[in-house]
Amino acid sequence: MSVLTLTIEGRDVAGQTGHTILQVARENGIPIPTLCHLQGLSDVGACRLCVVEVEGQRKLFPACVTTIDEGMKVTVNSERLAAHRRRIVELLFTERNHICSVCIADRNCELQDLAVAVGLTHFELPLLSPQAVVDATHERFGIDHNRCVLCTRCVRVCDEIEGAHTWDVMGRGTEARLITDLGIPWGDSNTCTSCGKCVQVCPTGALFEKGRSVAEARHRRPYLPYLVAHEGRTR
Amino acid sequence: MTEAGTPTPARRRRQDPLIPAGPVRASAHVCMAAGCLSMQADTVFDSLCERVTARGLTDVAVKRVGCLGLCAAGPLVAVPETGRLFDRVAAGDDAALDGVVDGLAGGEGGRPIATDPFFSHQVKVVLEHCGQIDPERVEDYVAVGGYESLTKAVTTMTPAEVLGEVTRSGIRGRGGAGYPTGLKWTTVAKTDSPHGKYVVCNGDEGDPGAFMDRSVLESSPQQVLEGMAIAGYAVGANHGYVYVRAEYPLAVKRLTTAIRQAEHAGLLGPRIADTSFGFDVEIRIGAGAFVCGEETALIASIEGGRGTPRPRPPYPAASGLWGKPTLINNVETLASIPTIIGRGAEWYSAIGSGKSLGTKVFALAGSVVNTGLIEVPLGLTLREIVFEIGGGLPGGGKFKAVQTGGPSGGCMPESLLDMAVDYESLAQAGSIMGSGGMIVMDDGTCMVDVAKFFMDFCREESCGKCIPCRVGTTQMYGLLDRITRGLASRDELAELESLAGMVRDTSLCGLGQGSPNPVVSTLRYFRDEYMAHIDDHLCPAGVCKMEPREAALAAGEVAP
Amino acid sequence: MSKPRLATIWLDGCSGCHMSLLDMDERLLDITERVDIVYGALVDIKEFPEDVDVTLVEGAISSEDDLRKIYEVRRNTRILVSLGDCAVTSNVPGMRNQIGPAAILERAYLENVTINPQLPGPMVPRLLAMSRPVHAVVKVDVFVPGCPPSADLIHSVLDDLISGRVPVTAGVTCFG
Repeated sequence: MSVLTLTIEGRDVAGQTGHTILQVARENGIPIPTLCHLQGLSDVGACRLCVVEVEGQRKLFPACVTTIDEGMKVTVNSERLAAHRRRIVELLFTERNHICSVCIADRNCELQDLAVAVGLTHFELPLLSPQAVVDATHERFGIDHNRCVLCTRCVRVCDEIEGAHTWDVMGRGTEARLITDLGIPWGDSNTCTSCGKCVQVCPTGALFEKGRSVAEARHRRPYLPYLVAHEGRTR
Repeated sequence: MTEAGTPTPARRRRQDPLIPAGPVRASAHVCMAAGCLSMQADTVFDSLCERVTARGLTDVAVKRVGCLGLCAAGPLVAVPETGRLFDRVAAGDDAALDGVVDGLAGGEGGRPIATDPFFSHQVKVVLEHCGQIDPERVEDYVAVGGYESLTKAVTTMTPAEVLGEVTRSGIRGRGGAGYPTGLKWTTVAKTDSPHGKYVVCNGDEGDPGAFMDRSVLESSPQQVLEGMAIAGYAVGANHGYVYVRAEYPLAVKRLTTAIRQAEHAGLLGPRIADTSFGFDVEIRIGAGAFVCGEETALIASIEGGRGTPRPRPPYPAASGLWGKPTLINNVETLASIPTIIGRGAEWYSAIGSGKSLGTKVFALAGSVVNTGLIEVPLGLTLREIVFEIGGGLPGGGKFKAVQTGGPSGGCMPESLLDMAVDYESLAQAGSIMGSGGMIVMDDGTCMVDVAKFFMDFCREESCGKCIPCRVGTTQMYGLLDRITRGLASRDELAELESLAGMVRDTSLCGLGQGSPNPVVSTLRYFRDEYMAHIDDHLCPAGVCKMEPREAALAAGEVAP
Repeated sequence: MSKPRLATIWLDGCSGCHMSLLDMDERLLDITERVDIVYGALVDIKEFPEDVDVTLVEGAISSEDDLRKIYEVRRNTRILVSLGDCAVTSNVPGMRNQIGPAAILERAYLENVTINPQLPGPMVPRLLAMSRPVHAVVKVDVFVPGCPPSADLIHSVLDDLISGRVPVTAGVTCFG
């Protein structure tokens, strides 16, 4: 492991070979918005919120999976990046039925926080208002597909930490849906260990504990470092 | 259950080709590629065999071959000895069938191949054996020099020499992006891997209107296998996968036959040409997802996972199939390799122009007289391809645009007809070479509708992993739909353009990044059509049905 | 110089945004000193007046009546403010968009009614096929999301507008 030096947002910083831009930025207190990333889980580079500019390169790089290079000059905040991030959050809000005011995770939701962080006050694009269902067949938990952003944190925590791989994704495009086992009701799953990790890592109100009403969901975030003790791999 | 001793009814055997014992005066090559086959070319073949036998023509051969190219005029029968092509030889059409038999017996008929502009402008490297050999007989391939390049490579060349040859040939990836093949091979070759490497042939051709890879796999599957084995030798891989889409059952069948026959003949498998080099090939069938043509998604699919792309780097050349260095090349690229090794890099690089060397296969489709499969030197102009080889538009139709590169490509207007077809020029014009689909459109086509069609395709085929592609394409489709219904405002057009830029910049893989191209290129060359829909509520081509303004206002669907 | 003319209008919403406005308590007195309230749920004026400086719109555009009103409001307003999530996103009224107006009316007026179930007659404004945010129908100048936006936020937005400043709500308030 050798140490590399680079600049992020004009600040000289150092990191180890193999570390990602996101890792080094966070170590140095430079915030980069993320959604699908969760410390301790593998990174999939799917939400694209963490895209940054690298000097001399035309394309944008997802900070969560881009490893640092010696002399790299990284821009985290630019007008273009801000516009792109605002758009990404807007796209998420328009995709499903995120009615914050009647959501179990109201005021405890990363999507809601992201809207504030990227300065989103309204949607220029129309809401797609898809038909999405709620699966409440599990004894203790439920999934409301109306709130799901397909970050796949639940898929990864279930596979990589719990080792059950109950969750996966089915379908394409905006028809893509989370499934338990091979698309059977959650309550019928014989791989689910009912550990609840998926509920804890869910950024929104998609996965919830039963018995809680609007704005009552509490994701126990401090519980996460224990859940996700090892450093993430990329896949 | 059949009783013991009762003979099971014999399955009707496939009619063997008629091959005379003595010298052959003339032979009928009956096209058996999917296009002609769908018009009962197999019945045509049987009838020709019967009629030739009935006439007592003992020095005449009748054989099945792969694609003859002129798909618009099938079923096709070629007689190479007289250089004539019989088109529209329909099953049960006695006059046409007898015409072919007459031609075999020394009579006139058919059209001359050599002087037909459809054929005379073509240079066949990849398609050299298409329409010449029976794709289901390895003997045929060997008879035309097949597997000589592989033998030459493994017995007389070092892997480094093979790499050098491919690099000097200047060939670039024919799957779309045009990455230098030699460089890709060298990267894989140089990556150490104690536990093996892989060669993957990407046959997940999915662009609308494109059928190059299908035709090659259906017409000369051994050529692709030979290319893979040479690649394996050069990069140090002993195992290959051909990934073919499930929608190509005939290609899968012929490849399966080809692999079995090649292994049986000792052309693939362990100890090729009595050397220590061995190479085997397995087929993997896709499950109908366009995105699996993207290399990282393809790898995930072969591994048995959900076919979704992952961020690169690491590139497959460093960490691909099961984490091993993996060379992924398109069908057409690999099919070019035997010729490059056989005839040499200098011969190959003399074809083409500038940084785009060699030949490219295109599937010519749409409003063009000669729809079909063509292979041309890179650097030919669009005009030459559309009007000389393609024979122009049917019924004297007026040319409007030609679309290349599939859903990630663009539409080029009449003013660009004299542009050379090479990687750089196409990119500059806002399109891409792509895998080789070329769709000609006449003035009855609405370009907004075309953009909407491709966006609908991308939206449906988005794997759903990254947000910009998953939701961005759906929203772009919605905006295009409103334009084609006469409901959109100028603000919405601006929104569409902004969204296009964002999806291009932030999507995870090439499918998402390229998805705005049809919109961007039609806006660049046909903006007036968009404006007519928006400002005048009029579709100039008369394709889109405009919705009444009053009703839309009353429903709150448009702003006053 | 005359005082700015302020209007508020209540379309398809729960009136919670108006409640939040009232929640300003004693600051209301300050605001009313500085503006003329010319129309709204809080004053008894039947016709939407001309030449309004600022209109606060609560609620989504769900019915033909909402549509007619918002056109009239826009025609007569200089600065139109979408107040609260229903106006900004269609929020709860928009939850029927995946179901459609016919099914929703049936459920509300027939299936769940025990005494004299009947669909609303011509006296009740007809629902549009979709419930839309205000800016999907007319141009909106200021967006104030929140369900409801807090009294503090509404106060600061009004304070800005009355003083001729452009209020900034981005990064200040969230949906819900």
